[in-house]
This record gives sequence, structure tokens and C-alpha cells, in this order.
Amino acid sequence: MTLNGWAQIALVLGIAVLAAVPVGRWLAAIAQGRLGFLARFDRGVLRAAGIDGAGQGWQRYLLAMLAFNAAGLVLLYLILRLQGVLPLNPQGFDGVPPFLAFNTAVSFVTNTNWQAYSGEVAMSHFSQMAGLAVQNFLSAATGIALAFAVMRAFAQGSLRELGNFWADATRVTLYVLLPGAVLAGFAFIAMGVPQTLDAGVTAATLGGGEQTIPLGPVGLQLAIKHLGTNGGGFFGVNSLHPFEGPSALATALQIILQILIPFGLCLTFGRVVGDRRQGQALLAVMVGFVLVATLGIYAAEAGGNPLHLAAGVAPELGNMEGKDVRFGQALAALFTATTTGASCGAVNAMLDSFTPLGGMIPLFLIQLGEVVPGGVGSGLYGMLVFALLSVFVAGLMVGRTPEYLGKKVQAREIKLAMLAVLVLPAVILGFAAVALNIGTGISSLAAAGPHGLTEMLYAYTSAAGNNGSAFGGLTADTPWLNVTLGIAMMLGRFAYVIPVLAIAGSIAAKPRTPEGPGTLPTHGPLFAGLLAGVILILGGLQYLPALALGPIAEHFSMLAGTTF
Amino acid sequence: MLRPLLSLLLGSTLLLGVATPLAMTAVAERVMPGRAEGSLVRQDGRVIGSALIGQDFPGDEWFHSRPSATSARPYDASSSAASQQGPTSAALLAAVRERTAGGHHVPADAATASGSGLDPHISPENARLQVVRVAAARRLPAPQIAALVDRFVEGRELGLLGEPRVNVLRLNLALRDLR
Repeated sequence: MTLNGWAQIALVLGIAVLAAVPVGRWLAAIAQGRLGFLARFDRGVLRAAGIDGAGQGWQRYLLAMLAFNAAGLVLLYLILRLQGVLPLNPQGFDGVPPFLAFNTAVSFVTNTNWQAYSGEVAMSHFSQMAGLAVQNFLSAATGIALAFAVMRAFAQGSLRELGNFWADATRVTLYVLLPGAVLAGFAFIAMGVPQTLDAGVTAATLGGGEQTIPLGPVGLQLAIKHLGTNGGGFFGVNSLHPFEGPSALATALQIILQILIPFGLCLTFGRVVGDRRQGQALLAVMVGFVLVATLGIYAAEAGGNPLHLAAGVAPELGNMEGKDVRFGQALAALFTATTTGASCGAVNAMLDSFTPLGGMIPLFLIQLGEVVPGGVGSGLYGMLVFALLSVFVAGLMVGRTPEYLGKKVQAREIKLAMLAVLVLPAVILGFAAVALNIGTGISSLAAAGPHGLTEMLYAYTSAAGNNGSAFGGLTADTPWLNVTLGIAMMLGRFAYVIPVLAIAGSIAAKPRTPEGPGTLPTHGPLFAGLLAGVILILGGLQYLPALALGPIAEHFSMLAGTTF
Repeated sequence: MLRPLLSLLLGSTLLLGVATPLAMTAVAERVMPGRAEGSLVRQDGRVIGSALIGQDFPGDEWFHSRPSATSARPYDASSSAASQQGPTSAALLAAVRERTAGGHHVPADAATASGSGLDPHISPENARLQVVRVAAARRLPAPQIAALVDRFVEGRELGLLGEPRVNVLRLNLALRDLR
């Protein structure tokens, strides 16, 4: 670790926090329908789309969201299957096989963007642009719309309706994601990211060989991939590919983009509920987790692999297996902490080749429930679930009925919150345990020993957490993994959202009671500390046995000089 | 519900999936054609590579790029890939030992494979370590080659971000033109 490395981390993270302020303000304006100069245009768009904007209760909001996502899933599946006969296929790719198409369609609709395929050898330009990238926008808009609905539940007393899903999703897409992605897309192109419809070129190299260089419309897709915390790369190696991460500056911009909206939505929440300090407290917890995780990854990776150091490798550059020179260890660590903390899943360093502890931290960040800071929208509503559990725990300690923002938190909300929080460990540990006990699962592993267990655990963690990053050695394109990971992604997204919206509906209906002398303030350091503790204990503790068998066992094997 | 659903889904596909990327492509190819089309390096009208994509340089007379794990051959840009070998992999340790060849203090980027398989850069230390070999193979004085390497060391971006590095294709192009 170097001082320069820390300066890089501080600068990039600092810019992200500062930039989140105006983004949070703009999102609040959209959540509250204060569209200013866009109001007339907005009315026209909604009318043309047949959206009346009438308020929906939680069930109708949920139903609209589910129907929209189901239709998106079918459309994307068809595009992938039919890409052989669709236009803009200069590479002449055949249709994507059924299991892989199912997995990929689920993956992009649920904002996971797990890649069982490699873009440059499987996806036509049309599939990338009109299939995958469109769901990058829409799955992000879905997440933010859901966060709006949950925020509104806390904003007013005795509310029946949570807003209109169609209006929310349309506005978020048109007024936030599209302009943001176009701006960032041009910035990336200026940094060297291609944006062309050419299939590629063949170069006669200096060394006397030939090199086929694939090209494509990468710039816009790269921008929304980060802004929408999607993470599915245009190329197989994602943001490590020199066309998807041409420079340290480009990787820094990607880091900022992938935490911009999750950070901003905290501040949006504060504004919508009428007390900005509430949002700042949530943001402080998120930034705290990101910082500690970055410190851990940076220390582990910059220290290098002791087995390799003993074989004559110089320690200065740290562990460089699976990393490219231009980014450096500091930005690789910050990228990794934010991409896994934020449910993005893009990578600028190959996690499978990280040191055991360096690889455990991103795994654990996802397992915490994708709330620090979590995906766009999903991070905020996940965080609010933990906030409810925190006031409940605090209420138990002093024997009072807990309340959050003037809303009484009662048995129904806590039961639903625990149901939501239990979805992730049940799916992750359940599926991973089965896969590690059957031949079809084990045959997908690349590594022997404890690292193999980590590969499988990571796959289901990434899928259920809707993250999308991977320990890439795993052979994921098998019928068993395509189907079970697809199911894990759907459960992680939808089985989680249903209890969350039910909580929102029930909270919305409650009156807002004024603060009393016994009310626990939910904006100070005391609450932030409590929240962090609840996230760690309720979110993370159940994974410790699995982590002990995987990365922790591997760490001690490595120190003892054992290889597999 | 059907009309909002179809409007939003199909409208988005047309606007976000077709119109916007096509418009951006048209603008980018006009405003910054070099970058939009892959930062290609041409010589006598022929494409010899991309400034951003690493190449394999076999033979003692060239500076070598990092080890690459792309499948068919090293630096196969048609299918980017990493080794994906874990920290306790015996195969990885054997590969690292082969690359360090009993040496001490070998720069880490020379002993390990890149994440993209297409890393265009090596560390300045790695480049300096290769000076004697390249000079001998080309029958040129080593200080001349060392000076060339120094000329191609790029500092951190904006003086802060990333790490110092040497673009191997650019360095080897200059090396070829050296008299």
C-alpha cells in the first residue's frame, strides 16, 4: 500500500460522494413529481404511452412491476434465441442456445448481469444494443421505481397508495438514466472505448502474426452498465478488456458511476421523508463499509501472494495474476469493493486469482445483502429493511414499541423483514450445498481444494445477490448451473421484493406519530453504529461456517505453503 | 395495464436500444473517429494493431508483453480471457516458477498473466529488465535501448491515477525504427 494509492482512493470516493448530492436532489424531484421545465413534455410522454399516473396500492404496484419484468424476460429471451436472423449481426453469430439464453435473459432482467457467455464470441451487436443494454436501463429503472415506492411509505401518514409504477419507471429512464448514460458514454469514447457497428478488424502484427480485434457499439452500453449497477460486460473479461477499461481514468469514472445512484438515493430518501439527516446516516454507513472493505482488499492484494514471492517474484506490484498494469492495486481494490458492495458485478481485476482474503471480502460484501451501497434502488430498500430491524433490536433492549420516522414498527413488518433477509442465505447456502454434492456441480469447478468451494459459493452468492461478478474459473455454461443460477437470480430479486413492498404497504397505512422523549433518534452516530452491527450480524453471520471452509481455510493453506 | 407495458417496453427498445446507440455511433465516428473505431495503428495503410490492445512479440529482439492466458495462442484478441487460477493453484505456482526461472526480484507483471489476456502495458521495471537481452539480439548498445525505454515510460494519469507503465507496441515500433 502506498500513500499515492490512498490518495487515488480518497479522490475517487470523494468525488462520488460529492456528485451524489445533486443526483440525490434530482431523484427526489422526480420521486415527488416536481419536474420543472420538463412537466409539459412529461405529460405528453405519459399520455402517448397510455399511462394515467393514478396511484397504486402495494399489490398493484408490485403486479405492474412483475408483469413488466416478465414481458422484458420473454422479449430478451426471444432476441437472444433469434439473433441469427435479426439485423446487425456482422459476426454472423447463431442464436444463443436455450439454457444459456434463459440464464442470460433472467440475469439482465433481474439487474444481475451474470455472464455465462463471453460477449465477443456469442452476442451480435443487435443482441447487445437492443437486447442486453435495454434491460440494463429497464432493470435499473425498476429498482429505482421500487425504491421510490418504499420511500413514499415513510413520507406521509395514513397513505393508501405508493405511486404509479409506469410513471416512475418512465421518468427514471428518460430523465436520469438516458441523459446520464449518453454523457458518460461520450466520455468513455473520448477515453478510447469503441462505438462503431464494425464487427472488427484483422491486424498484421509487428511480431509477424495476425490479430483479430473485435469492435462494437461499446461506449453507451458501458456507461449504463455502471450507472445502472448492471455489470454485464460487452466483452468476456468485462472492464479489464482494454476497450472496456482503456485507462485508469476510465476505471475511476466507472467506479464513480456505479456508486453514484446508490449513494444519491440515500439523500433522496432524506429529502422525501423531510429530514435530510436520515439519508445522511444511511449514506455514512454505506461509505464506512466501502472504506473498510477497500482497505482490506488493498492490503491483501498489495501484499502479494507469499507462494509467488518465495518463487522469486518482487513484492512491489503486489498480486498481479488476473490484473492489468494500467489500473494499479489501489483502483482495483476500490473498484472491487464498490462493484460487489453495489451489486454492479463488473470487474477490473479477476477475483478468482485474488489472494484468499482479498477474494473473501467481495464475496462477503454481496452476502451482507447488497446494501452497502447495494444496487440502484435495491440497495436503498434493502438498507431500509435493515433499518427497521435495527429499531426493532433497539426497541427490544429498552422494552418500547419501536418506531422509524414516526411509523410504529410492529410484528407484521418485522416478520416480513426477516422473511426478506432470510431469502439470500437460504438460496445461497441451499443451492451451493446441493451443487457441491453432485457430480454435475463439481465437474464445473476449476480449482481443487478450498478454492473450489469458494468458486461455487461465489456463483450462487453473486446470482442471489443480483451482483453478477464471478470467480471466473467456474464453467458456468452448463444446463445445471444455467438453470439453478437463473432460479437463484429470480428468487434474489423477486422473492425479496414481495415482502419489501408488503412492508411498504403496511407502513404507508400507519399514521405518523410525533417524536416522543423515548424515541430513538435514527440520524446520529449511535443509530449508524447499531445499523452497521445489525447488517454484520443479521446479514453476515450465517455465512461464517461456509467462509471458514473456503477462503479462510485456503488462507491458512497458503501460509503453510500448500498448493492444490 | 397492457398499453403502458407495451409502450414502455417497445418504446425503450426503439429509443434506448436502437435510436440512441445508432445516433451516438454516428456522432462519435464523425467527432472522434480514431477512438470510436478502436484506436487502430496503421502503417502504409495497413492495420498493424490497436494502441490499446497488447500483442505477442516472440523472439529476443522484441520487448516481450506480459504472459497471456487467451486460449488458442497468447494475445488472441478475438476471445479475451484470464487464467482464472486461484492463489493456491499448483499449476499457477509452476507457471510462476518457470517465468522467474530461479531469478530473484522478478517484477510481478512479468511472472503473472494479465486479467484481460490483452494487457498492452508492462511495468517500467519489467521493460528495464529486458534491455540487455534486446540490445544483444539487435547488436545495439544497451544504453541506447535503455534511453529508449525511459522515453516510453508513461507516468500516472493526471499525475495521480493508475501506475507508471510502458506501452509495449509503441516501444517496439520505436525499437524497429532505431538505427
